[in-house]
Amino acid sequence: MSILQASGLSYAVDGKPLVVDAGFSLEPGELTALIGPNGSGKTTLLRLALGLLQAEAGSASIDGEPVARLSPVERARKIAYLPQARPLVWPQPVRAIVSLGRFAYGAALGRLSAGDEAAVSHAIEACQLDGFEERAADTLSGGELARVHLARALAAETPLVIADEPVAALDPRYQHQTMRLFASMAQSGHGVLTVVHDLDLALRYANRVLWMHEGRIVADGTPEDTFTSERLRRVFGIQAEISRNGASFRLDILGPA
Amino acid sequence: MNRVVSILLVGLAGALVLSVALGSVPLPLDRVLAALAFQSSQGDELVVWQIRLPRALAAAFVGAALGMSGAALQGLLRNPLAEPGILGVSATAALFATFVLYFGLATAGPLVLPMAAVAGALIATLLVALAAIRTRSVVTLILIGVGLSSFSAAIMALLMNLAPNPFSLADMVNWMLGTVDNRSFDDLIFALPFMAIGVVVLLASRRGLSALALGDEAAEGMGLDLRRQRLAVIIGAGLATGAAVALAGAIGFVGIVAPHLVRPFLRYDPARLLVPSAMLGALILMLADIGVRVLPTDSELKLGVVASLLGAPVFIWIAARRRLA
Repeated sequence: MSILQASGLSYAVDGKPLVVDAGFSLEPGELTALIGPNGSGKTTLLRLALGLLQAEAGSASIDGEPVARLSPVERARKIAYLPQARPLVWPQPVRAIVSLGRFAYGAALGRLSAGDEAAVSHAIEACQLDGFEERAADTLSGGELARVHLARALAAETPLVIADEPVAALDPRYQHQTMRLFASMAQSGHGVLTVVHDLDLALRYANRVLWMHEGRIVADGTPEDTFTSERLRRVFGIQAEISRNGASFRLDILGPA
Repeated sequence: MNRVVSILLVGLAGALVLSVALGSVPLPLDRVLAALAFQSSQGDELVVWQIRLPRALAAAFVGAALGMSGAALQGLLRNPLAEPGILGVSATAALFATFVLYFGLATAGPLVLPMAAVAGALIATLLVALAAIRTRSVVTLILIGVGLSSFSAAIMALLMNLAPNPFSLADMVNWMLGTVDNRSFDDLIFALPFMAIGVVVLLASRRGLSALALGDEAAEGMGLDLRRQRLAVIIGAGLATGAAVALAGAIGFVGIVAPHLVRPFLRYDPARLLVPSAMLGALILMLADIGVRVLPTDSELKLGVVASLLGAPVFIWIAARRRLA
């Protein structure tokens, strides 16, 4: 059964449609990449699907339960959401920030159960933040901070993880490491949905790709089926070549179309 | 118990004893203790129970309410400069109290004044919070607070301008400057329920403040009911600040200085900040009030004036050296 099911979601601001009749479903065991150019409505779609934004039309349900009927805590125990904007105000230590991932389980700082502690330690390890636990957030680089936020989301240990551009600030090594982490989570039965701008990463790691263009989902399928030169030109406005080499694909972006 | 809390407790106990001992006629410690236990002369008991103790407690409660409100508002708005005074909450509460004084409504019942102040504080907090939800800009928020304060001050000036007689003018000036002089246990009893409810609401909602450290959207994703959290902090801070203003008039900057000073010792956790901020707020105002009484000035300095004299430079200092965002 799908963990998250969305159908016919629409949303407009001041008469300008941001998301139009968008539907998709997320399955356990799948790493899904949501791709599309800037302003194509990816973040809005995620927020609609999570029920953080009230859709004008359409509906979304988590484990068969409409999102509107779920309490924030119930939802947070099923889906960990890592937003794109991650403002940090106080220079808190890394471990305290990651511990916030256990918020939906009633954890307060300084009062973590053994289970909470284990989840936090596990997330810190998965994001390779060992040794950073006591560092203040304002002494970290942008990439380190991005991993702290990711660790916070992972600490919730939810069946589904939705991440909005989690690798944007990361260097190539950590970009691949993060995508591998997502892939192995999917293999162990989690569902993962991530927005990525690096098409190579989507092509290489995702089981499934959702293509978004001008508020609509214009393609939904495996990378093999959906990555075509024609679609890349139409959706992203780029000239690109796809070549197949045995089981792996290669994407060559030649320039703007 | 936390080390910061223990140190503050000792400080508060010391300040309370000092508060009762010091004044125009200093009382030695043994006479203070005897008077507290009703084992002393009638004169000493009068000074301790009718004058100094209520005054010291009023300063402590006002400081605690402002300190906790400041810490909660800073957590909600994610802004170390947010505070009932800066955001215009205190000024609006004082304005509403002044209205009551101006029209002579305070004689209608002992609860009229605290209720008016609380109503003013709630309205102002609500306005500021609405603005805070619409704008992400810290500067805009502070400017709205400044605007609200100025507007309240302008109407207050108008009321003073139109004051029917010098007595009500003096009354209003006292409110504006802020003082705990001449407070009785009755004054405390009428303000305390509002303050207590405010403090309980703030404490009950404090866990959400740590979630908000990561931003509204992440906090919501983490399972925080954003609307309830905002409402709780607004109502809690409004009630506590309103009651503080009802008791002492407008006293600024305690709510910004107290949380700022204890924050590093609590590793910047916005939730655990509330209680120590209240304690430090109480300590600051009690010490300031002792200073006001001991300083050999011709007419006694007002507590609010001293608080601003000390607090405003600290505000500028905090604004000048913010570390994140």
